[in-house]
Amino acid sequence: MPEAKLTPPGQKKPLWRRIAGHHLFLPLLCLVIVLLSNLIKTPDFFAITIQNGMLRGYVIDVVNRASELVILAVGMTLVTAASGGQDISVGAVMAVSAAVCCQVLSGGEVSVTTFSNPLILAVLAALLASALCGAFNGFLVAKMHIQPMVATLILYTAGRGIAQLVTNGQITYVRVDAYKMWGSALPGLLFPVPVFFAIAVVLIVSLVIKKTALGLYIESVGINGNASRLVGLNGTKIKWITYIICGILAGIAGFVSSARIYSADANNIGLNLEMDAILAVALGGNILGGGKFSLAGSVIGAYTIQALTTTLYAMNVSSDQLPVY
Amino acid sequence: MENKIVLSMQGVCKAFPGVRALQDVSFTLRHGEIHALMGENGAGKSTLIKVLTGVYEMDEGEILLDGHPVSIHSPQQAQTLGISTVYQEITLCPNLTVAENLFIGREPRRAGFIDWQTMNRKSDELLEKLDIHIQPTQQLDTCSIALQQMIAIARAVDMQCQVLILDEPTSSLDDDEVAKLFDLMRRLKEQGVGIIFVTHFLEQVYEVSDRITVLRGGELVGEYNTSELPRLQLVAKMMGKDFDDLAEIKSTRTGNPDTGRPPVVEAKGVGHRGTVKPYDLEVHKGEVIGLTGLLGSGRSELVRTLYGADKADTGTLKIGGKQIKVNTPLDAMKHGLAYLPEDRKNDGIIADLSVRENIILALQAKRGMFKPMSRREMEEFADKYIDMLQIKTASRETPIKSLSGGNQQKVIIARWLLTNPDFLILDEPTRGIDIGTKTEIQKLVLRLADQGMSVAFISSEIEEMLRTCSRMVVMRDGRKVGELSGDDLTQERIMKTIAGGEKAHA
Amino acid sequence: MKTLKRPRSLSATGFLLIVTIGLFVLMYAAGMLAFSGQGFAKPQMFLNLFISNAGLIVISCGMTLVMITGGIDISVGSVTALVCMVVAYQMERNGASAFTAILFALGIGLAFGIVQGFLVAYLDIQPFIVSLAGLFFGRGMTAIVSTDMISIKNETFLAWAKYQIYLPFGSNNKKGIYQPAYIYPTVIVALLVVLFIFILLRYTKFGRKVYAIGGNQQSALMMGLNVRRTKFEAYLLDGFLAGLGGFLFALNSCAGFVEQAKGLEMDAISSSVIGGTLLSGGVGNPIGTLFGVLIKGTISSLITTQGTLSSWWVRIALSALLCFFIVLQSIITSRKQKQR
Repeated sequence: MPEAKLTPPGQKKPLWRRIAGHHLFLPLLCLVIVLLSNLIKTPDFFAITIQNGMLRGYVIDVVNRASELVILAVGMTLVTAASGGQDISVGAVMAVSAAVCCQVLSGGEVSVTTFSNPLILAVLAALLASALCGAFNGFLVAKMHIQPMVATLILYTAGRGIAQLVTNGQITYVRVDAYKMWGSALPGLLFPVPVFFAIAVVLIVSLVIKKTALGLYIESVGINGNASRLVGLNGTKIKWITYIICGILAGIAGFVSSARIYSADANNIGLNLEMDAILAVALGGNILGGGKFSLAGSVIGAYTIQALTTTLYAMNVSSDQLPVY
Repeated sequence: MENKIVLSMQGVCKAFPGVRALQDVSFTLRHGEIHALMGENGAGKSTLIKVLTGVYEMDEGEILLDGHPVSIHSPQQAQTLGISTVYQEITLCPNLTVAENLFIGREPRRAGFIDWQTMNRKSDELLEKLDIHIQPTQQLDTCSIALQQMIAIARAVDMQCQVLILDEPTSSLDDDEVAKLFDLMRRLKEQGVGIIFVTHFLEQVYEVSDRITVLRGGELVGEYNTSELPRLQLVAKMMGKDFDDLAEIKSTRTGNPDTGRPPVVEAKGVGHRGTVKPYDLEVHKGEVIGLTGLLGSGRSELVRTLYGADKADTGTLKIGGKQIKVNTPLDAMKHGLAYLPEDRKNDGIIADLSVRENIILALQAKRGMFKPMSRREMEEFADKYIDMLQIKTASRETPIKSLSGGNQQKVIIARWLLTNPDFLILDEPTRGIDIGTKTEIQKLVLRLADQGMSVAFISSEIEEMLRTCSRMVVMRDGRKVGELSGDDLTQERIMKTIAGGEKAHA
Repeated sequence: MKTLKRPRSLSATGFLLIVTIGLFVLMYAAGMLAFSGQGFAKPQMFLNLFISNAGLIVISCGMTLVMITGGIDISVGSVTALVCMVVAYQMERNGASAFTAILFALGIGLAFGIVQGFLVAYLDIQPFIVSLAGLFFGRGMTAIVSTDMISIKNETFLAWAKYQIYLPFGSNNKKGIYQPAYIYPTVIVALLVVLFIFILLRYTKFGRKVYAIGGNQQSALMMGLNVRRTKFEAYLLDGFLAGLGGFLFALNSCAGFVEQAKGLEMDAISSSVIGGTLLSGGVGNPIGTLFGVLIKGTISSLITTQGTLSSWWVRIALSALLCFFIVLQSIITSRKQKQR
């Protein structure tokens, strides 16, 4: 039927309007502004040199340091989209995961130079622990209908305590190169290893969302819970799943973070990262009230925050995040 | 002996973008009368009330209070003018005490601080006077809904009102509670208060009101003395038919249900506490069954229990001859049911998602998370139904919220057709939709039935139902009161069944 | 019809308050029995709870106020840090007097209150998002003022901070010398704030409006209450209390640095929750909040006094308690909904 199309799709709009209308436009603009202001203030910001087969420079530093934040932002995006609330326990869950991982590796010693248990076992244990944390949050939010922020406040408070309980209050060091390598730069790889983790997480999660109907389900439940129920979606289950995913991702971030410093510092790993992750989601153009989401936006948001922080450090100003809002 | 007029509204007009909600409506209320405001959904009752209470500003017309023209801009102002409103949903604060709810905003104070003692004492006096037996210090949410409704009225009364508007105050009350409410209303009437009573329950109108004003489609149908207007006439006026014309319209469809095979849906004693009394229902293959009754009569509630949107408390449900349990909508969907909900905006569309996503959502949910459709498959489905139902949209990727109401509704229909249901429930599919689309939807229903699908059709417009349905179930006050088919399927018979016994007068 | 006058049933508010106070008494009594040797039974131990938490008490009262309206304010930690920093900076680097410092502290709090209140009440932006912005803004401003840690050496200020008010009771120390129990002025300020908020909420129109809005905002509007203005005033007061609390915090810590009071907002929220404030709004009480703070303090002093248990148990015990209260509230609310 010819009249089925009221306005012809897209083509006739001027190009700049289409770009400006794209949902990633604003997040990208933020990133570009931050980067440009760097270029003006610190001309060598974009300088990249190759040392020992690795790239070095401010930009690489930003990309490297943002890795954990990117991973968290991905999980936070899903949680936000489905439940219209945020998980403020992710930083604490990172600490739990790091503690479990290092404790398994060290076999209970404070400092070891060889693995007591295989790495894979440690990672699995860490991820299991963080998945449990996520499941606990999910239970409170999806089943008990407690506001997400308040529900996750419990683990926010408990998380670091549990982490210290696991490590007996000590900072467990795992001085093994095979562990350190996950958090450092390896010759010949060009980029530091954490960057690959971030990329892998983003790719896998986008793939899962593309290859299953999860993305569609999350958006439906987040936009209109009633209608979603009537088309046969189980909102409780879907919210629960997002919290578990968010927990696991926080676990991965915790592993990366502990590998960087080859230790589990329960008090400092992932400290205050939860608010940064929420900010990344908001900067990415996602509505904190839930609904449609864009992983790419959150990822850009995360890099923007890190670029900003690094910039300000480079300019000898501390974490002043004023211009952001 | 006519009482003095307290409120008079003349030539009130109010338009919303695209809709003329009120057109030259006049309304008169006298001291010491209970005046029922009647009309079907969308007739303009609530708009009229909202104009009167200052929630909306009218475009044209004037309001005279005790003969003086007034302009009302806010609910607060209406209150100070002596117009108090009690809404259907209770507008009190559940976390405060009864006394506070009575006095909030005008608490008695001593030296600037709230004087709780005086407040409680005054509340006690007020409640005593109105014969409401509760402690003023009780927290509101420990009172039953009926008591809360009474407290809301007490609050309104204590504000020295001349005009009391009761907007469907009885919909959540049981018979005893309604009786108490009516007692209170009569007492206020004796004190000279003019009461506007909005309700859907015909029985109650005849029990308590002195005068009836009927609105339809935003226009005034007329003002009548209750004792002079027979029940059937009232229904006819609300639905917009002259009584004499009724007999002329008859069902054009004669259903020949395939009674040989087990019915597609067979419900026995299914009910949901508080909304629908237990009912029996059979639906056969290729049949269009209509559900009719006034608003709030339990039409939607009945189908919701079938679909599992509200879990039935009692009874058994057989689909295709097999007894099944329906706990969630998904259970119903898996057995071939589909349900287009009445409230398109809140229960139907997923506003921010695209037309394509809205169309494939139900099928995707039925298939499960791990069997996603490919993008190509989705696009093919979407295009097919956009084409078939002639959905007017810029593209299949346009968010559904930017479509017109009728096209949104078509998208939801497409969503359910895609799941290839055996039994399709359409709850008010044509409400708020232009005539052209309405006809399209009616034709579609008939076509689907010819193809062997069973359809349940709910609508407030009887002609529409007559055109499409081969059998009609009539509901009144949450109860299935009749089933009409064949030659009985005339507008007159339907209205008589809806109106029920004429015991109150005639 | 059951229209008999029923005996006054225990409201959700009363129930939660009793649970909280009961728990505190129980906990403290247990502590006194178990650790009387370590000084737990001494009055000073009890007073120390107030001394070390004076700032938190004030801030939590503000938090309770906005939570009753159904909102939240997660910027209070940052506001505290900013207040401490500005107070320290003005006195140490700009030579301001201690009195001017108070004005700075209150001014900062009020400024936050005005802006956040305006955004929440008049522009209808979610409180969480507004105060999230406030959180980053406050912390950022702190860093702009100075990234160093500034210790306060102003004499007037230190005199206030260390002024001991002796009470007419006390106990003997280890050597058997009688020592009167004392408190700092901060404690008096904190208790006055609790009393003030209590009276405000219970005996003024404003207070009752706050409850009404939290109970049902739509109803409050329909009953002719000015919802926007009340909300604005609540956030304004909350901001002011954050400023005041920040100043008390500074009196306790005598220093300002960027990382100060991180996570304080969560402490305030959890104290309110433990004190019986309902997250969905409409229910809450500053007395309960005071006990919420005291419970937190008691747990940590119990575990420190006990000695063998490690410090992380504080966090775990606290969150177990928090979990208990949140679930309890959730059950109470869902039971109420079922009654409808």
